[in-house]
Amino acid sequence: MIEGKVIKYGNNVDTDVIIPARYLNTSNPEELAAHCMEDLDPSFKDRVQPGDIIVAGSNFGCGSSREHAPMAIKASGISCIIAETFARIFYRNALNIGLPIMECPEAAQEIREGDRVAVDLANGTITNLTSGRTYKAASFPPFMQELIQAGGLVEYVKEKMGVNR
Amino acid sequence: MGMTMTQKILAAHAGLDKVEAGQLILADLDLVMGNDITAPMAIQEFKRMGAKNVFDRKKVVLVPDHFTPNKDIKSAEQCRVIREFADEMDIENYFEIGQMGIEHALLPEKGLVVPGDVVIGADSHTCTYGALGAFSTGVGSTDMAAGMATGQAWFKVPEAIKFVLKGRPGKWVSGKDVILHIIGMIGVDGALYRSMEYSGEGLGSLSMDDRFTMANMAIEAGAKNGIFEVDDITLEYVKEHSDKEYKVYKADDDAEYKEVYHIDLSSITPAVAFPHLPENVRTFDQIEEIPIQQVVIGSCTNGRLGDLRIAAQILKGHKVNPRVRAIVIPATQKIYLQAMREGLLEIFVEAGAVVSTPTCGPCLGGHMGVLAKGERAVSTTNRNFVGRMGHPESEVYLASPAVAAASAITGKISSPEEVMK
Ligand code: SF4
Repeated sequence: MIEGKVIKYGNNVDTDVIIPARYLNTSNPEELAAHCMEDLDPSFKDRVQPGDIIVAGSNFGCGSSREHAPMAIKASGISCIIAETFARIFYRNALNIGLPIMECPEAAQEIREGDRVAVDLANGTITNLTSGRTYKAASFPPFMQELIQAGGLVEYVKEKMGVNR
Repeated sequence: MGMTMTQKILAAHAGLDKVEAGQLILADLDLVMGNDITAPMAIQEFKRMGAKNVFDRKKVVLVPDHFTPNKDIKSAEQCRVIREFADEMDIENYFEIGQMGIEHALLPEKGLVVPGDVVIGADSHTCTYGALGAFSTGVGSTDMAAGMATGQAWFKVPEAIKFVLKGRPGKWVSGKDVILHIIGMIGVDGALYRSMEYSGEGLGSLSMDDRFTMANMAIEAGAKNGIFEVDDITLEYVKEHSDKEYKVYKADDDAEYKEVYHIDLSSITPAVAFPHLPENVRTFDQIEEIPIQQVVIGSCTNGRLGDLRIAAQILKGHKVNPRVRAIVIPATQKIYLQAMREGLLEIFVEAGAVVSTPTCGPCLGGHMGVLAKGERAVSTTNRNFVGRMGHPESEVYLASPAVAAASAITGKISSPEEVMK
């Protein structure tokens, strides 16, 4: 179960504002996190708390394909992103690095900045603890929960290959 | 609610009776492919995963095709990583220069993909094999690494758009004109996330080469994959090229499609995609005089034998305009050899074109025909983004081999009819 305070954004948040190209000379997650959202929301890195949840509009993560974008968000402490829709490559990259993301247009529209929200990945429910409303998104099948829990595709395969056991 | 062709193939490979659009599944892979740009990164990730062996030495394919024969030291080093990995893992389908070809022309020709397969490749045009009634899609290097290690990949089951084809295309109209027409109609994001499924009696007048071209450019409409219903033409191709077991999947009658388009092939005319997007499609009634400096006939889109035959038919007895560089690139060694036997290469050289060994080369501005500032090329490739073939201020016009050959003769963008009166 994931729980956190909501930071809300609009439509078409692209990978260039998530992590500006000028910082792509590193793939260190902490360094990336230090510049996350800098061009869209300079206050982000100061107000983000571990466990916080980003809620956004449609086409989140559009633009050039960079794994740095979900990495920067995850390293900032964000526990989950809920959006109306995600750009295709961002969707894949986010899950591959173990950042849970959920498509749920209703929740994305109704949930507000600062609300407290709980997310259950196993059955796909999103509960707005502030308003009391519950939403249903697609649930994550067990393999995907394992993948997220492992911390992404590389770790997941490592565990499957028995290296970490 | 029934399933689309793609959904059926994915369900079968995930061990499920039924899947729905949007569902996340873990599917077994029949083939995992990478090239000289993407495989080195995937190999690095593969090692990071602690994997000791590939899941199946017959089901991993490594093709050094983008910057080969190695254009510089850096590309040589990339290829060395692949070659050493292929040796270490005893990979059967590693294709060294002399056997190789452009990946998406090579794999079907070698019989490595058959109907009903699920294939991932670390290259966006992996969607090409959909022409054979397989599900195939492009992924990143990490996905390729995990695929090589485990033989599985996760997918979000896509929705689909259906294209029902009817009629016969006219003279000089090929699969390239059809797909350009479709992308012009629905746009570069017209099929985002979705499968493009082709069916209808019009399929009967599209050769396998036409279908490969059309499936190849599915990604140019944003699609996850393109896929053709399997018919006699497909099965004949499969019989000729492969002894792998195959399975034919048909969409259910009540499968759900987000959109359905009916396309009359007889209404399609030769088309050109103007810079800098494949959706900027114009037909010849909308094209004014545009001088060009280069023509490229080749690539995973249009470097097959049928493409070379059409180009040769037009170039025969003509000369390439003295101010145009015409570069012909057979996509594989086998195509090269066949083109030689049929006398096509002789026609090209006599006309004043150059013929290259198989390579992606100019398609991605790599080598073998990079454009200078302000230069224009008519190319049978699939992307005309800014700087794709060289200088950011150069321009690429995408067209069929027939249009490219005609343009090479006149020195401007020309329809085949202009030179074949
Ligand atoms: S020919 Fe062009 S599009 Fe095809 S694989 Fe090579 S670089 Fe990519």
